[in-house]
Amino acid sequence: MSTQKHWTIAAAADALAKGEVSSRELTDQHIKAIEDNRILNAFITESFDVARERADASDARRAKGDVAGPMDGVPIAMKDLFCTEGVRTTAASHILENFVPRYESTVSGKLRDAGSVMLGKANLDEFAMGSANITSYFGSVKNPWTPKGANADLVPGGSSGGSVAAVSGGLAIAATGTDTGGSIRQPASFTGLVGMKPTYGRCSRWGVVAFASSLDQAGPIAHTVEDAAIMFEAMAGYDPKDSTSLDMPVPDCRAAVAAGAGGDAKGLRVGIPKEYTLDGMPADIQKLWDQGVTWLKDMGAEIKDVSLPHTKYALPTYYIVAPAEASSNLARYDGVRYGLRVPGGSLDEMYELTRAEGFGDEVQRRIMIGTYVLSAGYYDAYYVKAQQVRTLIANDFKSVFNDVDVVLTPTAPSAAFAKGEKMDDPIAMYLNDVFTVPASLAGLPAMSVPGGLDANGLPLGLQLISGVCQEETLFRAAAALEHAAGFTAKAGDAS
Amino acid sequence: MSYLIEGRTGQWEVVVGLEVHAQVISNAKLFSGASTEFGKGPNENVSLVDAAMPGMLPVINEMAIEQAVRTGLGLRAVINRHSVFERKNYFYADLPQGYQISQFLHPIVGEGIVTLDLDGGESRDIGIERLHLEQDAGKSIHDRDPRRTMIDLNRSGVALMEIVSKPDIRTPEEAGAYLRKLRAIVRYLGTCDGNMEEGSMRADVNVSVRPLGETELRTRVEVKNVNSIRFVMQAIEIEAERQVEAWEDGEEIIQETRLFDPNRGETRPMRSKEFAHDYRYFPDPDLLPVRLEEDYIAAIKKTLPELPDDKKARLIKDLGLSPYDASVLVADRETAAYFETAAKGRDAKQVANWLTTNLFGALNKRGVGIDESPVTAEDLGALVGLIEDGTISSKIAKDVFEDMLETGKAPGAIVEEKGLKQITDSGAIEAIVDQVIADNPGQADEVRGGNEKAIGWFVGQVMKASQGKANPGQVNQLLKAKLLG
Repeated sequence: MSTQKHWTIAAAADALAKGEVSSRELTDQHIKAIEDNRILNAFITESFDVARERADASDARRAKGDVAGPMDGVPIAMKDLFCTEGVRTTAASHILENFVPRYESTVSGKLRDAGSVMLGKANLDEFAMGSANITSYFGSVKNPWTPKGANADLVPGGSSGGSVAAVSGGLAIAATGTDTGGSIRQPASFTGLVGMKPTYGRCSRWGVVAFASSLDQAGPIAHTVEDAAIMFEAMAGYDPKDSTSLDMPVPDCRAAVAAGAGGDAKGLRVGIPKEYTLDGMPADIQKLWDQGVTWLKDMGAEIKDVSLPHTKYALPTYYIVAPAEASSNLARYDGVRYGLRVPGGSLDEMYELTRAEGFGDEVQRRIMIGTYVLSAGYYDAYYVKAQQVRTLIANDFKSVFNDVDVVLTPTAPSAAFAKGEKMDDPIAMYLNDVFTVPASLAGLPAMSVPGGLDANGLPLGLQLISGVCQEETLFRAAAALEHAAGFTAKAGDAS
Repeated sequence: MSYLIEGRTGQWEVVVGLEVHAQVISNAKLFSGASTEFGKGPNENVSLVDAAMPGMLPVINEMAIEQAVRTGLGLRAVINRHSVFERKNYFYADLPQGYQISQFLHPIVGEGIVTLDLDGGESRDIGIERLHLEQDAGKSIHDRDPRRTMIDLNRSGVALMEIVSKPDIRTPEEAGAYLRKLRAIVRYLGTCDGNMEEGSMRADVNVSVRPLGETELRTRVEVKNVNSIRFVMQAIEIEAERQVEAWEDGEEIIQETRLFDPNRGETRPMRSKEFAHDYRYFPDPDLLPVRLEEDYIAAIKKTLPELPDDKKARLIKDLGLSPYDASVLVADRETAAYFETAAKGRDAKQVANWLTTNLFGALNKRGVGIDESPVTAEDLGALVGLIEDGTISSKIAKDVFEDMLETGKAPGAIVEEKGLKQITDSGAIEAIVDQVIADNPGQADEVRGGNEKAIGWFVGQVMKASQGKANPGQVNQLLKAKLLG
């Protein structure tokens, strides 16, 4: 058996098909890696028994010539926001610390049916609220990457911090993420991975613990654009149980990847939005962005300067809409039916004690912001206004996509930072999402592709955004960009 | 009809608006597939969605939409082609999501009309402000355990229509008539069973008072969850009197929510904590706005049954019934159907009379509804038929009817069995008349002497002698001929 540390889905599928490795062997290899790297704190709950069972079932299927597809037998990490039948699901919160669902989310169910092997439930920011995976009740996640010549612990980004740590650390071949304002793309950027957020409605939200319903979208985190396409196709699809699910066929993204994989970007019109240039943006970020433009141009793409004039309102808009929805979505965690209950002398006291103890600071902060912006006398000034601006932001993109096929931006305004930085300043933390939030508000598909390393040897991602339901275009452009970047660095290379 | 409260300072008018919560007839809940069957054990009709488990999402039950549209059409209301479900946020133990999904700014049904049938055949229109769909909450049970509250989520998520009237109601009687009419309409439509005892129809009553002649509305008070028509009428009376007294004592009425206590005959304020909420309404991001096509609305319209107002007009116009009889007969779907079956091919007025006096009287005595009547509509019609064709007299018919109530037999069979057929053979009647005159020479002389009224006594005697079977008209004629001729 091959003992390479970093498998891709495509390589694993190939090796499994050729009989060079069994799913059980792959699974055991990754279980060992998880056990050896618990210091990363990538998982909240390990589900090794489930994993071995599914691996054996996969091998048995394969022996009968009955393979479910390229994900069959591939060990993955499941962000602990997806409810998994019989496996504890916490949303990284004390309030759901002991919650074991009796149902399986649509997306995790599709991945299970595609034959993938769930190794465990990946750590995240509590209720997916955070950009550094430091708000988890189960402790922060350590980025497997370390800066050159220093041994500071870096954050993996968030909220899908456990997912990216697992994949970049070689603990899982790929992982699920969820993205509300950048929670897939920013951590992918921080760990040298591909992270893709589909068009809103592509992946069912049924069974995914809700953060902000109008923004939440599940997506894949993987080593390569091709892997992301394979996994996206397994996750996406119409679900009548989610009223906001898109009733459309899932596009053939693997074919789109093949089209761009040779470095072909001919005819692709790429927009460069001027509003994404920030004051004080690190030179490495600007340099990589410029490099991305050059790469695409050299591969035959047509580069256009475009304007998304309402970009500067995206972050404040997001920080009204998302907390507003969250404040309502999290009302169900009240200690009455499931989850943590701290008894009190009255119903109100029970609520207060339960929610004060059950929710961490960041979650409480957002519940309070959300409650405030929805309250009488403020609703019109905040929530209604934010919805109006959201429409303007979506219209910006709509008009830009009349002229271009994709928009290229940096994914995040910095590389992974040290744990402890930005911790006492929520606003500085929120700025992490400045480049990812606009596409979220507009419901657009977007992907972070690793572009290169900064001066400290840390990975930086480039973000591609395409029009609504234009995932094929997105994957083609991403495959071309990936080809040009030739990013092969892995966590731990430098140390 | 006027209803004014005599205060120390003058006469006061009462202004009432009603908010009726009507449970939608549907097998499943508003946003989940769980059953809505009444009478199940606690928490037996609960899905993952109803219990607000993490990650669960609402999916609109199209049947509920259809029922709301149907009801809106029955209320002659505007159907809004675009409506939005919003979240009404508040915490309570029997509200699993921490919010109720309701409609706020954009209800599915707009303004409409309910026509009241008042005493004396009068009618009056009450405006409908809106109808919207919303979820019911669960039930908190406080008396099962000395210290803990139990929660039953069977009702959680059940579809309700909140039907809001304009403040057009001026008397307790009108409020009663409004509720009866609304109930009749939803029952005709099959959109709500209207059963107030089981809680499938509940009313919140908004009451204010103002000096007669004043045009501005004064502060209203909401009396919550009144669960019978009688209590609604009582609550209005009691609350209006309280308000008049307060205004006259120089007190200010504050906008508040009160509870009606029928045992003590008073309304009292709910603890402010129970209702002082900022509900933070906002459109539910889990649900898309509801868009209805004209064709869809038109298709539902085609399936509407004849409604009480139309039926009443037809009974008056085509069958010659009085407005009063007509409104009594159409008041509920079953009675109307019974009447129409019984009246088929018969004298409609006579059928109406039998139904509203004899049958209703008998049913009331037995405490049963028309659907449990021992006399079928066909048999009541047949009974009237026997009177019409002279087979039996009206008087005999009453005896036959009593028999029908007891035995459930058809009137023809009873008449046959008991030999109750009217005697119309003039020879046979004449023989009895002759006999009675011969037996009572004194009374006969009195009649002949000019006391024509005494002829009635002879009619009675002849009827008695014939055991009621003689045709009274013929008897009358023969007696007159023989005594006065």
